[in-house]
Amino acid sequence: MIATALDIALGCFAFAILLNLMHLFRAPTVVDRIIALDTMVVNGIAILVLYGVTVASTLNFEVAILMAMTGFLSTVAFCKFLLRGSIIE
Amino acid sequence: MIEQQYPMMAPVFEALIALLLVGGGIFGIIGSYGLLKLREPMQRLHAPTKASTIGVGTALVASAFGVLFEGHGISWHEVLVAAFMLLTAPISALFMAKVHLYQTIDPSSLPPTGVSRAWATLERDAEPALEDDASGNLTIR
Repeated sequence: MIATALDIALGCFAFAILLNLMHLFRAPTVVDRIIALDTMVVNGIAILVLYGVTVASTLNFEVAILMAMTGFLSTVAFCKFLLRGSIIE
Repeated sequence: MIEQQYPMMAPVFEALIALLLVGGGIFGIIGSYGLLKLREPMQRLHAPTKASTIGVGTALVASAFGVLFEGHGISWHEVLVAAFMLLTAPISALFMAKVHLYQTIDPSSLPPTGVSRAWATLERDAEPALEDDASGNLTIR
């Protein structure tokens, strides 16, 4: 039962990443592209964690933490650059 | 662990974890579909920052309790990732909302701030810059 649920959840998040990619290409504003990238990172973390459960590996969680940190930092850096013209003042 | 201690509870736990996994996947799809379908940029900010965060959090909780079946107890890595994501999601949402405000709002339509500075989101030089004055000392402008 859990294996089937894992497959369904992985498929859901993969489809979500496809939807994000679609939005990334047809987004009307810059903010939309940042949101799409941020959501792609979030869905990627979910896929990483679920894949880690599938293969019964604990290494994936460190990767997930790193990905969460770099995703957050890149979002803030994008926004800061658009707001202020520089990232570190 | 659960199977040895509570043999009757194992199917219930399995069903709960499967429900959490499927629910998380559905929340993830809702967030991304809302990002694609909603009309206004600020409406589009809502879908991923709330629904997707809930979806990932649910998947992480399922993963944390899923290892109970392997006899290791709750895995705390997932709790760490979930806490980090719950902390950072509102901050990045705030920043994206600020970028939207900065790019779309008309500064002359805003009420006065009541202080000598402009609205923080809109001003270019919020940080006091160090400058040379006539005597050559660095002073705060």
